[in-house]
Amino acid sequence: MTDNQNRTAPRPGIKRRSFIKALGGGIVLFFAPWNAIDLMALPAPQRRSLTKDYNAFLHIATDGTVSCYTGKIEMGQGIITSLAQMMAEELNVPLAKVKMVMGDTDLCPWDAGTWGSLTTRAFGPAMRAAAAETRMVLVQMASEKLGVVPERLEVTDGEVSVLGDPAVRVSYAELAQGKKMERYLEIKPAPEDYTKYTLVGKPLKHSDAYEKVTGRAKYTGDLRLPGMLHARILRPPSHGAKLVTADLSAAEAMEGVSVVREGDFIAVLSENRDLADIAIVRISAEYSSDELNVDNSTVFDHINRGEYRPNVVRNDGDVELAAPQCGSLFEHEYHDPYLAHAPIETHTALANFEDGKVTVWASTQSPFGLQDTIVMELGMSLETVRVITPFVGGGFGGKSPSQQGVEAARLARLTGKPVMVAWTREEEFFYDAFHPASVVKVKSGTDSEGKIMMWDYNVYLAGTRGADVIYDVPNARVTSHSEDRSKYRVHPFATGAWRAPNNNTNTFARETQIDIMAAAAGTDPLEFRLRNLKDEKMKGVLRAVADKFGYEPGKTPSGRGIGIACGTDAGTWVAFMAEVSVDRTTGAVRIVRLACAQDMGLCVNPQGALLQMESCLTMGMGYTLTEEVKYVGGDVKDRNFDNYSIPKFSWLPKLECVIMDRPDQPSQGGGEPAIIGVGAAVGNAIFDGTGARLFRVPFTPERVMEAMEKSEGRKV
Amino acid sequence: MMEETIRFKLNGNETELVTDPNQILLWVLRNHFGLTGTKYGCGIGFCGACTVLIDGEPARSCMIPVSDVAGRSVVTIEGLEDGGELHPVQKAFIDHDALQCGFCTPGMVLTAVGMLEKNPSPTREEIVAGLEENLCRCGAHKRIIEAVEDAARIKRGGNVK
Repeated sequence: MTDNQNRTAPRPGIKRRSFIKALGGGIVLFFAPWNAIDLMALPAPQRRSLTKDYNAFLHIATDGTVSCYTGKIEMGQGIITSLAQMMAEELNVPLAKVKMVMGDTDLCPWDAGTWGSLTTRAFGPAMRAAAAETRMVLVQMASEKLGVVPERLEVTDGEVSVLGDPAVRVSYAELAQGKKMERYLEIKPAPEDYTKYTLVGKPLKHSDAYEKVTGRAKYTGDLRLPGMLHARILRPPSHGAKLVTADLSAAEAMEGVSVVREGDFIAVLSENRDLADIAIVRISAEYSSDELNVDNSTVFDHINRGEYRPNVVRNDGDVELAAPQCGSLFEHEYHDPYLAHAPIETHTALANFEDGKVTVWASTQSPFGLQDTIVMELGMSLETVRVITPFVGGGFGGKSPSQQGVEAARLARLTGKPVMVAWTREEEFFYDAFHPASVVKVKSGTDSEGKIMMWDYNVYLAGTRGADVIYDVPNARVTSHSEDRSKYRVHPFATGAWRAPNNNTNTFARETQIDIMAAAAGTDPLEFRLRNLKDEKMKGVLRAVADKFGYEPGKTPSGRGIGIACGTDAGTWVAFMAEVSVDRTTGAVRIVRLACAQDMGLCVNPQGALLQMESCLTMGMGYTLTEEVKYVGGDVKDRNFDNYSIPKFSWLPKLECVIMDRPDQPSQGGGEPAIIGVGAAVGNAIFDGTGARLFRVPFTPERVMEAMEKSEGRKV
Repeated sequence: MMEETIRFKLNGNETELVTDPNQILLWVLRNHFGLTGTKYGCGIGFCGACTVLIDGEPARSCMIPVSDVAGRSVVTIEGLEDGGELHPVQKAFIDHDALQCGFCTPGMVLTAVGMLEKNPSPTREEIVAGLEENLCRCGAHKRIIEAVEDAARIKRGGNVK
């Protein structure tokens, strides 16, 4: 068996019989996501990892309730609403009849994880096709029941009726009555006729808002089981530190506290969370340290000294030959620091063993990934591990790794009791898989007309997402340099995907470089972009954002403090405009306006998509102005919100968003694109206002002052 | 550990518990009373997810020993509804879609409720200042401000905007 086949082997999960039994009748529809999604031109990695097994995805209960099962999870991005919306549309049922069952490894079809803005664009089409076929199955059943050919039937609000004779009807609920039926669907997605949509494309608010404003929404930490223990785990002072000795006696002496140890894994547990908090600090431990000699002030030298694995992802024309022929050459280096995800809900998990089977409730973006990890780390079989995902209080990529779930499972096994592991804010920062610090080096050249003739782009540690040229450049090379641990250790701690992983880094570098060339050419930066672009979609979003903003052309720096940026992410085209005011005595930057236009194909829920855009723009101000994890070697210095500053109410600028009307185009990602250009647009706006050019995010007052001093004498 | 009997009003009802008086109010609410709408976010009073009302004033329950609320009135998110009717601030949060992951929401709602009790006609700047120390990572700030503006208007007898 090849590795590839291995990965696509069927996952047994819960036995199908017991699953159907648990549902208590009705109609269960199965489909193999592989069949459907394969046709959707998914990127190879996702396609490879899809199961070929049939999965239940839909249950029609005898009361007409339609349960939709998905391995995706809800963390605030709103798919609990938009997926239900798609399901209701294709099945022709009222939205209120659709119940979403999400992120339960026993009940839901396998899914790699909720990330990459993939839910709507990759899972969505498969789910819709399956729902559309389910509707045909139901119409066929109705046809048999009513004795009328399917061609003469129509479906409205979950009721199948005869065309021209609406009194002759049967509901989905009646069709499901007294049935225990399984159907296996072969999905053949057909082109969809968007003109017939009544629900898709309609703006809908969060369907879970009532639960959330009343405190009824249950997040993992809100669950309670009889006899449940709260755990605190002994943590090293820094990454790479190894435990030498630990004195547990003071904690062990505490009433109502139990102490467990398995190798270096030491935890205190109590029914009372306060006691666990007290007990953990009573353990005295010594560690040996193994720290990289690097901190946040030396990180970019450290990166530049390294040896990496280069991967040329584009090589058009000949950059070496073209360079000497360019009238103007530009060479700059861009720096991006480590960033924390900092969701307000910390990583939390509750684990319970029963009859040799463990159930783990976890705040995770990857319930099936966590299931695999528990299987591996605890030496269990897949059938004996169930992961359930309650409401998740923010993820942003940070909850793709879910170490807390393994910890809870391990402690539940050690103690024989249900165990809650809820990380403190300090643990959340310490174990976060940070956005990686990265360096981008760009060399580019223009001819005397301001046409970009050469582009040589080298990105270190930030991957290829958003690294493409996007502009029409005859000689272009893009090289991505990734970590080669056998040669050079770069990061002292874990790094991972942070909302629109690394696209922020690449868009910042590219769009700043473009702005520098526009300024040198004496051309309006919007005009410079439009002239150097062939991509009509990109031109479209640029014009749309300029229109929304009321942009008046002008050479930069104009003194107005307006900046532009654009790019692509998750299949979506996006353009930005920012207006800033800079305090010339302190260097403090205030973002006054942020505008964004987005071409995301068919927008399923314009309200949800708009919220995600506002969310991206607001969150993006953080990496732009303040966010930068401070550390010395493996010792993370920022461990709470007193040091790590995220956007607050007073930062809020005027936000203006445009979603292009593209109902005839396939749906694309919407959870991340609108964050990618905030840094670049704001940096370009600072230049436009002051003549000071910034090459490193975040734009702290010190860095802005320094850049203004360097630019002194430049006329603004 | 010395235990004491602590009496206070919780969501309108007189209540008492025998406990270590140094226990943190947040954990008492969540673990003893099962009022899990009050969230842990940072443990040092910086994020506001644990906000409750103490005698009508927003307070950070992660920083307060339970003995501090003896003889006082504590309102959590579960206690805001009046006879099954949502508080105008809760309604406005729904109407304005002023939330995403919802984890900061109870703290936001209670902070706004406390603010409007003191100042029924806040300006936008006053709303921003009142909410400033509550953190939201999802970036729902714009809508939260709009929701609170609207809630103030409705509380004063106006119509939904």
